Amino acid sequence: MNGELALTDSELDEQNIRQFLTFIMDEEEYGVDILAVQEIRGWEEITAIPNAPIYVKGAINLRGTIVPIIDLRLRFGLPSIKYCPTTVVIVVKVELKQGVKIMGLVVDGVSDVYSISESQASDVPDIHNTDNSEFVRGLVNVGEKMVVLLHLERVLNLVKESEVVA
Amino acid sequence: MSIDLSQFFEVFFEESFEGLDVMESELLNLQPGDLDSETVNTIFRAAHSIKGGSGTFGFTSVSDFTHVLETLLDQIREGQRDLTAEHVNLFLQAVDCLREMLTSLQAGTEPDLTNSNTLKKEFELILNGEVSAPVEQPVTIESDSSLDTYEVSFEPQHHLFKTGNEPLYLIQELAGLGELEVNAHVDGIPDINDLSSDDCYISWVFFLTTDKGEAAIKEVFEWVEDDAEIKITLCGGLFSDDMETASNDEPAKVAVDESIEPENTPVERKSVAAKSNAETTSIRVSIDKVDSLINMVGELVITQAMLTQLGEGEITENKVVALQEGLAQLAHNTRDLQESVMRIRMLPISFVFSRFPRLVRDTSQKLGKQVELKLLGEQTELDKTVMEKISDPMVHLVRNSLDHGLETPEERMEAGKDPVGTVTLNAFHQGGNIVIEIMDDGNGLNTKKIKQKAVQNNLIQPDDELSDDEINELIFMPGFSTADEVSDISGRGVGMDVVRRNIQALNGSIEVTSAQGIGSTFTIRLPLTLAILDGQLVTIGEHTYIIPLISIVESLQIELDKVNCVGGGVDVLRLRDEYIPILRLHRIFNHSGAIEELNKGLLVIVESDNQKVGLLVDDLLAQQQVVIKSLEANYQKVEGVSGATILGDGRVSLIVDITGLIKLAGLKKAGSQELNLGHVDTEVNS
Repeated sequence: MNGELALTDSELDEQNIRQFLTFIMDEEEYGVDILAVQEIRGWEEITAIPNAPIYVKGAINLRGTIVPIIDLRLRFGLPSIKYCPTTVVIVVKVELKQGVKIMGLVVDGVSDVYSISESQASDVPDIHNTDNSEFVRGLVNVGEKMVVLLHLERVLNLVKESEVVA
Repeated sequence: MSIDLSQFFEVFFEESFEGLDVMESELLNLQPGDLDSETVNTIFRAAHSIKGGSGTFGFTSVSDFTHVLETLLDQIREGQRDLTAEHVNLFLQAVDCLREMLTSLQAGTEPDLTNSNTLKKEFELILNGEVSAPVEQPVTIESDSSLDTYEVSFEPQHHLFKTGNEPLYLIQELAGLGELEVNAHVDGIPDINDLSSDDCYISWVFFLTTDKGEAAIKEVFEWVEDDAEIKITLCGGLFSDDMETASNDEPAKVAVDESIEPENTPVERKSVAAKSNAETTSIRVSIDKVDSLINMVGELVITQAMLTQLGEGEITENKVVALQEGLAQLAHNTRDLQESVMRIRMLPISFVFSRFPRLVRDTSQKLGKQVELKLLGEQTELDKTVMEKISDPMVHLVRNSLDHGLETPEERMEAGKDPVGTVTLNAFHQGGNIVIEIMDDGNGLNTKKIKQKAVQNNLIQPDDELSDDEINELIFMPGFSTADEVSDISGRGVGMDVVRRNIQALNGSIEVTSAQGIGSTFTIRLPLTLAILDGQLVTIGEHTYIIPLISIVESLQIELDKVNCVGGGVDVLRLRDEYIPILRLHRIFNHSGAIEELNKGLLVIVESDNQKVGLLVDDLLAQQQVVIKSLEANYQKVEGVSGATILGDGRVSLIVDITGLIKLAGLKKAGSQELNLGHVDTEVNS
């Protein structure tokens, strides 16, 4: 579904090469646009938010700003693991319908930075029957590995999903 | 040289609005018949600077209007005319009108002139219509006797600008003499590559129709006659007079900046238009506040330098002591700096109070009551944001006092009181709060009538036993008004509850005390600032929450024999005469690991919207001031939580929103917990 988007982007700019920060989660490698990444932090003590969805772990103090932390494993319905010293929080800035938000993503570990041309990204295979397909922006092969490029705006949109799908 | 005037617009508007405020307050001080020349002078000066400013910036509609105003003021000042009450009223209307005009100009739109034109006519009627009025002579009176047309040719030399002369001013001055037609000769402009921006390349031919004669024209060119060729000829061929010519040659040239000017105008307009959407707010800060800030930053820099020095090299034993001292110094500096920065946002409450003399005057006239307004504690300082939000509720309360509180002069005489009623506004600091009192010496609240009305509106039962204070509290209930008739001033019954809600939105409170026949007093209590809140830290399991201190009534240990379990699983505590529902915070917030047994925890009794509830918490920690941070900015609204803050150890703590909490608890009783969870599920799965 997002292949279309990638195609139009590459039409606009042949040299459309973007850098993606990749991270590991449950042995899969995921990538997010590096321009959205603010910083990478270690896991730290966190304040729980009452009645939040299970994947919202709580909020931290990021130099005076209150930033919510989202466990990406739980967001994707993957089994959760115990946080360890290599567990990292990727702080990203996304523009949602409600405005620009800064949020933290808990992932297993940071992997690499790749330069990827949008045209390299292939369409998402027909996995519409799974729940998470809308989070995927495209798939890309880097060497032997496959990287799942994420649609951050959709991953982090915690309000009504219908708004975004439309 | 042309200057972009638009950069000064904001300052002009600010000053003009201030000027209008001055005019308004001074006008209210004016007593017809008993003229205080200093007051009139102040008004005149304010009007004059608005006129001058608007003229400079090209707001002719404003300057024209202010001109007639000023003329009448001038006559009054000179004693040529007596000041009447009608004059004062007219002036006040004119102030309103000017304020409207300036507001629309500020927003970048053309002002609506219908109002100002009507008022202008009225002024002109006064100016012309009465015997005592000396006729205002227009500057240019067209008398047929000596109206001549001159042809003036003006060929400046290249170096005209270097002598500090600006042809535009000359032309403007010429235009002031009479009707002017300007023809510019631009043939002399060289190729762009040869153009020097410091040289003048244009020459002009003017046709001037004036009664001032040739000498006046010569005078205009007095300063440039050595640097230009000037010829003045009387048209009609009667005679032509070659004016002196100083230097020779040089064809006319264009100045580069002259040619820029036409471009400048649209740019200026654009910037004004762009400004219209952006709400510009600014505050004026007294210079001593800024100076003290600079001093503190200076100290901070010194402390920082000292610490840097200490941090260099190896840390030895005696360095540690110095380091500790330095850090204490740093903490001290930071606190001072924080206080100073907060003080910048503080403004004296006179900014709000100053609008009341006018309001009281207008309203009391409309109601036929005699009222004296007393303002006390005008210098009490208050956060700007709070100030902006408190102004409307206060207007409402003052109107209420005038309308319902004070009696008519006849009624007051009958009751043996001074026929002139008094409304007092008082502001003072008390603890971390600012207290604003609105007092009147009227009839007080009619408790019987309030009770009757409350029963009528089903707010209470006829046989309810209520104290007078409790009855008085009822006026803050929605849909309550005791005024017999609905007037346009008050009485629609949407008043007091809105007032109270607005004040509560500011974390404040309002109460009323009243004595029959003596008067009533409304007391508003507000935090000094919205950014900081006094909080009580409490623990629930491993979580720390903050309860706003202002909503806490008391905290106590629960005696189990006073707790009853009412149907539906809600525990109710009997406390003195009241039954208080107990909310287990950890259940509402879905936290585990907290104390379940009522007698092991502590109960914090809080009040919101006149409803008391007890919150069961594990323990009370310290009380401290916390800086409110938004949780919504990066997340979303959380029910039962009004915001977040950062504690001393850097951890985030959430601030409990009592009103939201009660709502949340109420909803849960209605079985919406499942609904809430369901919502979560849909998000996970979608």
